[in-house]
Amino acid sequence: MTWETVVGIEVHVELSTKSKMFCGCAVEFGARPNTNICPVCLGLPGALPVPNRKAIEWIMAIGLAFNCEVSERSVFHRKNYFYADLPKGYQISQFDIPVCHDGYLDVTVDGETRRIGIERAHMEEDTGKSTHVGDGGRIHTAESTLLDFNRSGVPLVEVVSRPDIRSAAEARAYAQDLRAVVAELGVSDARLEEGSIRFDANVSIRPEGAETLGTKVEVKNMNSFRSLERAVEYEIERQISVVEAGGELTQETRHWDEEAGVTHSMRTKEGSSDYRYFTEPDLAPMAMSASWVDEVKVGLPELPAERKARYSNEGLDSDLAGVLSGSPAEIRDIYEVATAEGADRRRAANWLTGEVTAWLRRTETHPTKLSLDGPQLAELVRIVGEGLVSSSAAKEVLEGVLLGEGSPRAVAKARDLVQISDTSALEKIVAVVLADNPEAVDSYAAGEQKVVGFLVGQVMKASQGKADPKLANQLLRQKLSS
Amino acid sequence: MTLHEMTIAEAGGRLRAGEVSSSDLLEATLDRASRTEAQLHAYLTIDRERARGAARQADAELEDGLDRGPLHGIPVALKDNMCTRGVETTASSQILAGYIPPYDATVTRKLKEAGAVIVGKTNLDEFAMGSSTENSAYGASYNPWDISRIPGGSSGGSAAAVAVGSAFAALGSDTGGSIRQPASLTGVVGLKPTYGTVSRYGLIAFASSLDQIGPLSRSVEDAAFTLEAIWGHDPMDATSYAGEYPNLSAALNSGVSGLKVGVVRELAGEGYEPAVESAVSVMVDKLSDAGAAVVEVSLPTFDIALSAYYLIAPAEASANLARFDGVRYGHRGEGTTTESLMARTRAEGFGPEVTRRVLLGTYALSAGYYDAFYGQAQKVRSAIQEDFARAYGIVDVLVSPTSPTVAFEAGARVDDPLAMYLSDICTIPSNLAGHPAISIPIGLDHQNLPIGFQVMAPALGETVMFQVAAAVESLAGFADRPILEELAS
Amino acid sequence: MGTAPGLCTRLQGIYQISTQVGLAYTPAAMPIDIDIAHVARLARLDLTAEELEGYKAQLGVILDHAAQVQSLEGGPREESAHPLGIVNAFRQDERRPSLDRDEVLSQAPETENGYFVVPPAMEAE
Repeated sequence: MTWETVVGIEVHVELSTKSKMFCGCAVEFGARPNTNICPVCLGLPGALPVPNRKAIEWIMAIGLAFNCEVSERSVFHRKNYFYADLPKGYQISQFDIPVCHDGYLDVTVDGETRRIGIERAHMEEDTGKSTHVGDGGRIHTAESTLLDFNRSGVPLVEVVSRPDIRSAAEARAYAQDLRAVVAELGVSDARLEEGSIRFDANVSIRPEGAETLGTKVEVKNMNSFRSLERAVEYEIERQISVVEAGGELTQETRHWDEEAGVTHSMRTKEGSSDYRYFTEPDLAPMAMSASWVDEVKVGLPELPAERKARYSNEGLDSDLAGVLSGSPAEIRDIYEVATAEGADRRRAANWLTGEVTAWLRRTETHPTKLSLDGPQLAELVRIVGEGLVSSSAAKEVLEGVLLGEGSPRAVAKARDLVQISDTSALEKIVAVVLADNPEAVDSYAAGEQKVVGFLVGQVMKASQGKADPKLANQLLRQKLSS
Repeated sequence: MTLHEMTIAEAGGRLRAGEVSSSDLLEATLDRASRTEAQLHAYLTIDRERARGAARQADAELEDGLDRGPLHGIPVALKDNMCTRGVETTASSQILAGYIPPYDATVTRKLKEAGAVIVGKTNLDEFAMGSSTENSAYGASYNPWDISRIPGGSSGGSAAAVAVGSAFAALGSDTGGSIRQPASLTGVVGLKPTYGTVSRYGLIAFASSLDQIGPLSRSVEDAAFTLEAIWGHDPMDATSYAGEYPNLSAALNSGVSGLKVGVVRELAGEGYEPAVESAVSVMVDKLSDAGAAVVEVSLPTFDIALSAYYLIAPAEASANLARFDGVRYGHRGEGTTTESLMARTRAEGFGPEVTRRVLLGTYALSAGYYDAFYGQAQKVRSAIQEDFARAYGIVDVLVSPTSPTVAFEAGARVDDPLAMYLSDICTIPSNLAGHPAISIPIGLDHQNLPIGFQVMAPALGETVMFQVAAAVESLAGFADRPILEELAS
Repeated sequence: MGTAPGLCTRLQGIYQISTQVGLAYTPAAMPIDIDIAHVARLARLDLTAEELEGYKAQLGVILDHAAQVQSLEGGPREESAHPLGIVNAFRQDERRPSLDRDEVLSQAPETENGYFVVPPAMEAE
């Protein structure tokens, strides 16, 4: 039987507001334990939550970036469960009226673009952090748990996709693209390694062509895009082998073990997931007026998908537009300035996504430290076009610019990379080459045109690579035919 | 008249005339407490040293010409479910034994800013769940009019203290009648203002959508002074009202001529003591004589208000009390896992009534029962709000007994939760609607037990509520004080 | 509750506000079953079998009375909101001082190096 994979992804995004969701404590990664705490985020008796307006605007921004509707009216609910790092014994979250709903994200894998539905984006608060100490720090063998509530109450946006994802690679692409957009919005640090963006996958399988969904398994604890892809891949294989061996799947939560490359069942006890949601009586309802939504919309930056479309309209091919639109802002800014100065768009984009990006990676340089600017890139493109430097010499010119040696022209001169495109100077070299290669001259006379290529090579060699190959070719043909 | 029998207005007059000092008022209060506490157990904590410091400061300020208003230098008490920084706050629960809050409730701060001298923390039913103050982990309080009887609840300690003179006024919290019913049973004035007018920040929550702090005092005027000191918008409470607040002082001498008063048909009859009904009826007639137009209003949804309340309040409580888990503060039970530790902590820390309501609320919210119970109760609540709105289209205020009975014997209802719950039958509708309501003492029954009269008004209708309350007070002419045999201090 | 005889002798009118509470309602229409052990577990209350039985009986009586909410008649209603209709009660994204850690930890049953401490979430294997 052929199986179809059905995956939905839940993403938790910690917002990087100055203060927490419901109190004035600082949102700060890496502070000393239990220093950013107050009666509200510690759940002291009598404390009350007051929502952060900025967080509501930022979830609206996230929703709008994923083409969601913003609800006219939205309310908070209490989600009741006990856990040591959940101070109030309930999490303030949203249930049936989230701030944002019904959006999508287009994801491209191997050239095929698919639209992944986004069911909702709702606002909630993060929990504190548990550290399990004892034998190896593993949850199953811990002897005690240390609790730090600095993270408790940090604004958290949960983005829930529809079960529209059909492969592990697509799951990864969705997660990566979603992260890129969130980072672009500037509403979150969106760092997987710090947990400021977290992905859980709901994985199921069903016979190809079936309408109903199979038994859903929630997979947690993936700390990188690669582990997300591996975990989903593993889980699909596991489910298929269970079913094909005649077994039955259980609806459960499984933990991804990065080292072992497998998922483990989390031992959850039966009946523990009755969250008893009800409207949070400590909070007033929210009303998102059209004018407020517009205000947020106007403040949105250009997002990768919009930018890619614009680049394509400006003449870049789809792949190049995609790569450039996903590049760091510093790179894209250089592109904008260089092309505004008249640089050829495709050449400018190629330089940036090719040589410049490779150099950054090779030298482990952060894009903010780039010494190349827009006018310099425009100049580089121009001098190559004018024939002042050859394409191969241009790479060396770029390196000089990146190392801070000056403008492209100055580098070309200083590094002695300027092409000989002066006819009289080149004519002398051509004359010497022809004199040194009489057999080649004879072959040409006998009709062997291709020997010109050999002679151009000889001119390049004699000029130490500085001859303009086009001009050399032209001059050689003139001499040989005369 | 001895100092401890005075109203705030009277004491304040003497204070400003230089006849007494705040320290004198405080010492008289402390002395009264030390002679009555063994019988009443109104207080859980009396903080003499802090109080003396505050009284000295109040005196110094008055000497310097700084007068913070009517409460300046006046000894008052706080129900022990309101946080006081550095002073033990337990909500009468074992689970908070020894808990010292690191912050002040907004009302605590406001009382201090108004110059009031906080004497101590008063007893209550654990987490304000009860109508007799017998559900306190630290022992019951008793009624100064008859110490074999309860003072009502849950603000029974505050009521007993104000009635006996061990505080000039006290704050209580009212979720289903917890200020008004004990005020009625102890012969003092008690009121619950419009939901959202007094900040709940720092009030240990019972049922968030119903809880409201208010004053207990020996006169309607004192209630107005105290309310004006504690209400107002608080940015720390997202349900706090930010608009304009009603004017109270203007209301106190306006009379009731031309007002339309509605007597609620449903709050009478079976279960109501004849002495209560007859006292209420006499007062209604007096109001009529004083120029009010009296009509009868039938609000059938009041008959199911109690049912709705006993689903909504426990449901909210089940979540509000989830934070008491033995992790960050308070009592901790033994357990080898977090879950067993929490379950033991809570079983040991909560008394039977709290346990009962937590179970009830958990059930009412749980999968499969939500719609039939909690969801339906919310609809009843809406229907009650609609009915009130229609009634206030016809009348200015609604009146009723505050409690169907006078103070009952200690122990009489502890084993019958439903009978205990019926104590709140008259007070609950105003909580469900979020409206203000006040209880004014209007007389004593044949056993010398006080009877209270309730005046209900629409949201932000405190002006007309005080107008009628002041008239009721003056028409009743109730001046009796409990005769309690003082013990040597 | 019935009508009060003689609550006021000088009534100038009688008003019936609503007729939304059904007379047809009978409490027995909805049998109440309570899995008390499950409820106690959800509420994290470690009660003995005997205690559970006692609470179950009391809850039965209370819920039987509370089930009267089902006698409300009339169409669908909004869940009740704040009596003053407050919406959008927000705070600005501004920091306020946090509490002193030592003061907070002084109230905790168990601490270690600035952390609160609890036993593990699950029984060690």
